[in-house]
Amino acid sequence: MKKGIFKNPLRRWGWLFLGPMAIAFIIGFVWPFFQGIFLSFCKFKIVTKATFVGFDNYVKAIKDASFMHSFWYTALFAVVSLVLINVLAFTVAYLLTQGIKGSNLFRTVFFMPNLIGGIVLGYIWSMIFDGVLSMFDTSILLESKYGFWGLIILMCWQQIGYMMIIYIAGLQAVPEDMLEAAKIDGATKTQTLFRVVIPNVMPSITICTFLSLTNGFKLFDQNLALTGGLPFEIQPDGSSIKTTEMLALNIYNTFSGSSISAHGTAQAKAVLFFILVAAIGLVQLGITRKREVQQ
Amino acid sequence: MKKETLKRVTAVTLAAMMAGAALVGCGGNSTDTSKTDDASKTDTSAVDGSKGSVYWLNFKPELDDTLQQLAKDYKAAKGVEVKVVTAASGTYSDQLTSEMAKSTPPTLFVIGNQQGVKDWGESALDLTDTAIAKELNTDAYNLKDENGKLVSIGYCYECYGIVVNPDNVEKAGHKMDEIKDFASLKAVAEDIHKNADTLGFDAFSATDMDDSSSWRVTGHVANLEYFYEEKEAGKTWTECPATITGKYMENYKNLFDLAINNSVTDAKELATGGHDPMNQFIEGKSTFFFTGSWDYAAISEKVPNAVMIPYYCGVDGEDKAGLNCGTENCWAVNADVSAEDQQATIDFMVWLVTDPDASAKMVEQLGIMPYKSAVESSNGFLKNSAEYTEKGCYVMDWATNYQPNVDEYRKALVSALNSYCQDQSDANWDAVKTAFVDGWATQYAATQE
Repeated sequence: MKKGIFKNPLRRWGWLFLGPMAIAFIIGFVWPFFQGIFLSFCKFKIVTKATFVGFDNYVKAIKDASFMHSFWYTALFAVVSLVLINVLAFTVAYLLTQGIKGSNLFRTVFFMPNLIGGIVLGYIWSMIFDGVLSMFDTSILLESKYGFWGLIILMCWQQIGYMMIIYIAGLQAVPEDMLEAAKIDGATKTQTLFRVVIPNVMPSITICTFLSLTNGFKLFDQNLALTGGLPFEIQPDGSSIKTTEMLALNIYNTFSGSSISAHGTAQAKAVLFFILVAAIGLVQLGITRKREVQQ
Repeated sequence: MKKETLKRVTAVTLAAMMAGAALVGCGGNSTDTSKTDDASKTDTSAVDGSKGSVYWLNFKPELDDTLQQLAKDYKAAKGVEVKVVTAASGTYSDQLTSEMAKSTPPTLFVIGNQQGVKDWGESALDLTDTAIAKELNTDAYNLKDENGKLVSIGYCYECYGIVVNPDNVEKAGHKMDEIKDFASLKAVAEDIHKNADTLGFDAFSATDMDDSSSWRVTGHVANLEYFYEEKEAGKTWTECPATITGKYMENYKNLFDLAINNSVTDAKELATGGHDPMNQFIEGKSTFFFTGSWDYAAISEKVPNAVMIPYYCGVDGEDKAGLNCGTENCWAVNADVSAEDQQATIDFMVWLVTDPDASAKMVEQLGIMPYKSAVESSNGFLKNSAEYTEKGCYVMDWATNYQPNVDEYRKALVSALNSYCQDQSDANWDAVKTAFVDGWATQYAATQE
């Protein structure tokens, strides 16, 4: 008996080690997730008193012009930021792996913006942009295009360093013998880059595009702090479209800005948002995986 | 072998202890710390569970210190636990939503306007004929739902208007008596602005349009438009009208234009904020400033003879205008908590307005409390308000409290006003009008769903 209990401790006592984490995960993630899905089918003021209404909330969410606007705005933002962040991050990583003096210092410096929280960044950058724009008698809050490019600049500044670290790791893993062989075969620097280096860092490219695309879609705090959706386009009927409002902020504003009757709609939007982000992530991951080089 | 087993037992025990410790950290425990603080000294008045307890979700951050102190005093005096939680500025509605879902929801909370009555009226106890309602000396600040249920009762009231620094007016060669209506206000303000460089101060502290200040124009100055619509219709609103006419938009524009075009801060810089209009005023850099009685303490420290004048905006007969008086400070008692807790809460409310020390502390922070036994206020702006009333001027009530979907409505107005401040064209003013008038109807419709 004694022997039995302790015979295979990992199998027998594994739950003890997994347990706390599993419980925390269920309380903090699984339960709210399912409750959230349930609430998206309900009309509710406070989460404990919900009445089931079927698909009403989803119909309202899809019919909401501001939701659609923020969807397309977010999509545009995600694509532009995806391209810029990755191209720039790869370039920086490539340069910093060419044996430049002080590479380590540069790496640290480029990585540092990533350590600052989104809200703080948003406010700091809004001051910087307004400092510049005020010379032209305008402000980031007054033109949608300033808001858009402002947010792109902010995100590039914040994310390039992070993506750079991933690319550096990828670049350092490119087999030396392959590079040498290319050199012996007379490949130019450009040919080596596109034919040898890039195919070999595909795993890094996968992970970075995945990260920057979903980051673009999920962006919230920077958006809230930088423009908060301003400026609005006032529609002839008195409603308004917040021209720089992204999906996550739209959901937040629906939940807490509008009347309490919109809680269910906000919840439905959040579920749609989850499906969208998950789907994009999976599709993108699938496509890029196929193009990876097996070493 | 035996040694090996011992090792394993030790390892498992230690692992279990660590896991347990980690889980303890997860458990959110909102035990009130004041319980342990006071336990030693209040052994005679130990908390009696049968008495019920009070949990006040307060929405005025500036009141927090006073309330925490009063909660301790009440515990010491009556032995009843009072917990006061203050929502951070601008988050009251969010916090109320989440607190109300908890197993120990607030017993006392604030329903300050008709939107609140609509959203939370169901959760409020009918206060008709309760002990606290009997203490009131006016029912002017109470809120009722459409069935006549007394949802919340005012615990203080405030007034707002244009605060003036009389010293600056006189330094500029004018007299306070000159300012009787919009035309005279405009003459004085424009004259001061013209000579701002030589005088060393300007006319207005125009309102920054960021969240910290935009309410002064989207909420308060806007009130003059709603109020004169009400006045023309001959009756005060008792519920949110589905539409407004915007007939007095021109008057709103008069006052808004006067402020932004004769201001310390250039109109084009208002959108971003950060100019701290309040500070400009108390440092004497400006002469006029839109604010209310709640700023009296801070203002009178630096500008002791500051006075408040009505929103003069160019409507007929405005020489008889008074200040904007009303409140958003209305108590509601939670209908869903135990009868003991409700009773304890009402007892606490009565204590706040009848106990000389407690009501003195409240009045110091809040201005005037409309209760029979509360101490009198020393707030100068509220005195100004009373003087206007004595002179036979009409009080401008807070019709602005009816703004539907208030946050969204005001945000749209901020955006439209930003564009207008940038370029004061007719097209941009039309967008302000749309946000103001049509926006009302749109947001009203949204609340009816």
